Amino acid sequence: MSILVGKDTKVVTQGITGSTGQFHTRTCKEYGTQMVAGVTPGKGGGDFEGIPIYDTVGEAREATGCNASVIYVPPPFAADAIMEAADAGVELVICITEGIPVLDMVKVKRFLADKETRLVGPNCPGVITPGECKIGIMPGYIHQAGKIGVVSRSGTLTYEAVHQLTQLGIGQSTCVGIGGDPVNGTGFIDVLELYNADPDTEGVIMIGEIGGTAEEEAADYVKREMKKPVAGFIAGQTAPKGKRMGHAGAIISGGKGTAADKMEAMKAAGIKVAASPADLGVTLKEAMGG
Amino acid sequence: MNIHEHQGKEILAKYGVATLKGVMTTTASGAREAVETIGGDGPWVVKAQIHAGGRGKAGGVKLVKSAAEAEEFAGSLLGKALVTHQTGPEGRVVRRIFVEQGCNIDRELYLGLTLDRATSLVTAIASAEGGVEIEEVAAKTPEKILREPIRPEIGCQGFQGRKLGKALGLPAKSLGKFAKFLSALYDAYVATDASLVEINPLVLTKEGDLIALDAKMGFDDNALYRHPDVRELRDPDEEDPREQQAQEYDLSYIALDGSIGCMVNGAGLAMATMDIVKLAGAEPANFLDVGGGADAKKVAAAFRIILADTSVKAVLINIFGGIMRCDVLAEGVVQAASEMKLTVPVVCRLEGTNVEEGRKILADSGLNIITASDMADAAKKVVEASK
Repeated sequence: MSILVGKDTKVVTQGITGSTGQFHTRTCKEYGTQMVAGVTPGKGGGDFEGIPIYDTVGEAREATGCNASVIYVPPPFAADAIMEAADAGVELVICITEGIPVLDMVKVKRFLADKETRLVGPNCPGVITPGECKIGIMPGYIHQAGKIGVVSRSGTLTYEAVHQLTQLGIGQSTCVGIGGDPVNGTGFIDVLELYNADPDTEGVIMIGEIGGTAEEEAADYVKREMKKPVAGFIAGQTAPKGKRMGHAGAIISGGKGTAADKMEAMKAAGIKVAASPADLGVTLKEAMGG
Repeated sequence: MNIHEHQGKEILAKYGVATLKGVMTTTASGAREAVETIGGDGPWVVKAQIHAGGRGKAGGVKLVKSAAEAEEFAGSLLGKALVTHQTGPEGRVVRRIFVEQGCNIDRELYLGLTLDRATSLVTAIASAEGGVEIEEVAAKTPEKILREPIRPEIGCQGFQGRKLGKALGLPAKSLGKFAKFLSALYDAYVATDASLVEINPLVLTKEGDLIALDAKMGFDDNALYRHPDVRELRDPDEEDPREQQAQEYDLSYIALDGSIGCMVNGAGLAMATMDIVKLAGAEPANFLDVGGGADAKKVAAAFRIILADTSVKAVLINIFGGIMRCDVLAEGVVQAASEMKLTVPVVCRLEGTNVEEGRKILADSGLNIITASDMADAAKKVVEASK
């Protein structure tokens, strides 16, 4: 078992005819993911390496029963793509696209409020349950099936954590990139709740970064509810105030969102916090009792 | 992206936000003419235009009684660095002056709009303590900060403005004006994809009017593609030349004060790399994310920007190849290094897709590149090499 995605996940790629969409649809298919459909408005009726292409997500869902969508649509059209997938009733929407205007996402959040759809991202690497299902842009081969959940706002830093775990012989249950934007779908707490309830996840690495207060709120959840050991890291301990550090959401503004505050809150919640990004794996190992 | 006060006011006025009559100029004689253009009996206000707050306290704003005085004060500001608590010790050179009509101030308030990340809603933030930094008010007296979230599907409603106005203690006759002011401010925010609008102070005049005495606007970089008019307001004089150069190559770069140049893929890993440099005993010279899909040309550009920084004593390249292939990275580094003389040591840590090919390219290049096995090793080696 695992969370969010697994053997039964059937994926539609929105933006399947673009070069990014094609590359990653192929890579995910090779990994073993059921890539059942693609959507590009106006290109319906064709196919991409045997995967049928539809004009709308609704058609794709009706024809293939896809229950997850992955979005590689360019930023100006990505918010629309998320809402289309939700309107079609797709249960899980993973948006990889980076650079969506914030006010577009503000509207998307309101649109999703009364829908069953769960959004992961945007501006994220995706979700992977090693050995079963990879949806997104992460390099599949660094992962190993196992019992540790990894949840993170950063892409490459997630790979770093996964790599360190795999090097230590520690496998992962499901790794979730929640994305680096200020307005996103699934948050830390949502994922922690899923890990908490998942019998096959025994511990969690949570990787945050400067900006906002999501880590503080997650720490509070861990303190109240979490039954499993959690290790953590916050990127941006040396980041200056008022500067956006690459991710749209990674900014210390009005004195809020510093790494120090987040690390403090995590430690107070009993989370084992790695001071160095080189110690993500060993810190998790310590949290698990060595 | 940030803009100047005079530009912000021009935008806001288009959406019906009340501002005073003002003229921007780049010369001292222009300040004299501005007073004549604005007219009236005075006084007028002469303000230095730089992208930083605290201008008043730093001596960059003056109430003047005549055109001659305006010219004199503008002349004393132009071409000189103004140091405020936001500029750093080197200050910012004043190149633009804004001359504005004066007004009869009764009270100074604070009104801002920004995204509240916890609710994912644009939220009005108001305080009766105007002219003071909102962060200061938030830290000392958080109860004095009022918030009003605005739903995107219905926009800013009149009652929201009246409610805030009442809580700020405005006189009854000004409540409607405040509501109109807030609504216009919200319209401007949404129409331009702003990330921040701050009116500090917002003044209540003795006549009961509400006027934006100062205006700070910031914009969502991701939405600039649909606002070419806003993009044109960019003032290159206010930006770090290296950051501008990086932008041309679509690189995310931020100049810092340290001595270790960093080149990394991914924002999170780039921040973490800065952190581990510090843990190893040195300071990072920059944040640089080359992005996921960088090609050799982009990597070479990134490398050149880092090496152009004379305070860089050693460079750390930390790449975890996912989409980005290590061989492509290595090619870019070799290309850039062979174009220019490498005078500082380079430590390289490669991991991920095509890592063996990448390591081989670096090893065969004949360049003096120190390889590292992991992040901790890389940080240790680069700090040693920088000494």
